[in-house]
Amino acid sequence: MKLSDLTQHAGEWLRGSGPMSETVISSRIRLARNVAGFNFLTKCTRHQRQALEQKVRQVVLDADLAPQTLYVDLEQAPDVDRQLLVERHLISKPHAAAEGARGVAIGQDETVSIMVNEEDHLRVQVLRSGLQLTEAWEQISKIDDALEDKLDFAFHPRFGYLTACPTNVGTGIRVSVMLHLPALKLTGEIEKVFRAAKDLKLAVRGLYGEGTEATGDFYQISNQSTLGKAEDEIVEEFGRVVIPKIIDYEHHARKALVSEKAVALDDKVSRALGLLRNARLMATDETLLLLSHLRMGVHMGRVKDVDLRTINELFLLTQPAHLQKMQGKKLEGDVRRAARADFIRARLNGR
Amino acid sequence: MKCDNCNKTATVHLTEIKAGKKIEKHLCEACAAAAEGLPVKSHMPINELLTNFVMAHSGMAGKEPQTLQCDHCGMTWADFRQNGLLGCPNDYAAFERELTPLLQRAHDGATHHVGKQPARRGGTGLAVRRHVDVAKLRKELQKAVEGEDYERAAKLRDQIKQAEG
Repeated sequence: MKLSDLTQHAGEWLRGSGPMSETVISSRIRLARNVAGFNFLTKCTRHQRQALEQKVRQVVLDADLAPQTLYVDLEQAPDVDRQLLVERHLISKPHAAAEGARGVAIGQDETVSIMVNEEDHLRVQVLRSGLQLTEAWEQISKIDDALEDKLDFAFHPRFGYLTACPTNVGTGIRVSVMLHLPALKLTGEIEKVFRAAKDLKLAVRGLYGEGTEATGDFYQISNQSTLGKAEDEIVEEFGRVVIPKIIDYEHHARKALVSEKAVALDDKVSRALGLLRNARLMATDETLLLLSHLRMGVHMGRVKDVDLRTINELFLLTQPAHLQKMQGKKLEGDVRRAARADFIRARLNGR
Repeated sequence: MKCDNCNKTATVHLTEIKAGKKIEKHLCEACAAAAEGLPVKSHMPINELLTNFVMAHSGMAGKEPQTLQCDHCGMTWADFRQNGLLGCPNDYAAFERELTPLLQRAHDGATHHVGKQPARRGGTGLAVRRHVDVAKLRKELQKAVEGEDYERAAKLRDQIKQAEG
């Protein structure tokens, strides 16, 4: 598998067919691990950092964790490739922007990614479409076991798995669910979700994680505390209590929109479709917002002639690095916006 | 980080969402206390309260151990406080006392790991029996009793007995 093979389609997590996929885009679990006997990266010399990267890379590739594992050396990779991996949620923004020996292993339809030398030596991630937290936890725990077979992880009986930042110590687990909540946004009820999440000590973030604003009505909700609670407890609480409540709430808002504001709703959705099918220049944020409204319209049966897979693919393939990679050249400003508008028109007009 | 109102170090960080806009406030203790309606430390866990109480009476209050240093990686407590990242696994032992209140704040009062454990430890390469998580069993036992599932409670009690040997 090559990196350029990825640009033609969306990853498994954007398949849009998982449980609760009308509101839950994806379920993600990541584990932070560090190799015993090495300093954390803040206190690693360049040489130690390289040695660590080589050691972990070898283990990851030998362990045969997922069929067709692709390893990308991020120190060597060009900017656009690193950006592409960020857009596909396979690496974090800081990992793309960092310096020094580092990489990422990607496998199994992009459901598995292992960042090497990010903030911790290993950041293992499983990303699945729809609400599949239990499945994601089972998958990642097996990968963790397989890695642990070859690597000694830094562990302390009291503190658990030791991480560079004390906010990740213990289980090292971060459970996040990406939600699409357009009706709660339109009805202004979204703030109640924020407040409830805050009370439950959960973090609400935008599409690309830490430090990003919520664009296109997408919200990432994740746990913050990693100490004092077992992994399956956190997963269970999320998957059975917290997320279903928010989904119910969104469904309620969608029903209210249909019964009380049907014309305004159809106007919103039709305008989105009209712009997407006809505009000649399209910015990234505008695209996300219009696709968000269209996605809601399709799910609510207000639009019949666009399928969900197309919309989900457009979310990803219209991102800057994807457009540039598909066209094979650097695109900027209006040229990029025009290329984006052309691509969307072609896809939505069935060409 | 400096206080929004004066030049002292900000220790109270608040995020408010008003009309869809996120407002962040960074204040020092005095300004936070002066500002009306700010819930200053309303969630301070009991352990931290006690620790502060003991420290206040032993004349240690407010003194951060700036010179404290990990003899393995050279990380100082002051460096860590500035950057938020530790230098090596040994820092958790070197700064155990200082880290505890921070961990309690970050992890909803928790100070001990519950959950998955590595099957082997310490780089010996020897497989050891996966530790039975007694704390978790106890929690489940409590749940079973609350739910009046006495059959399960009895089983769990036996498991705990066995694990504690």
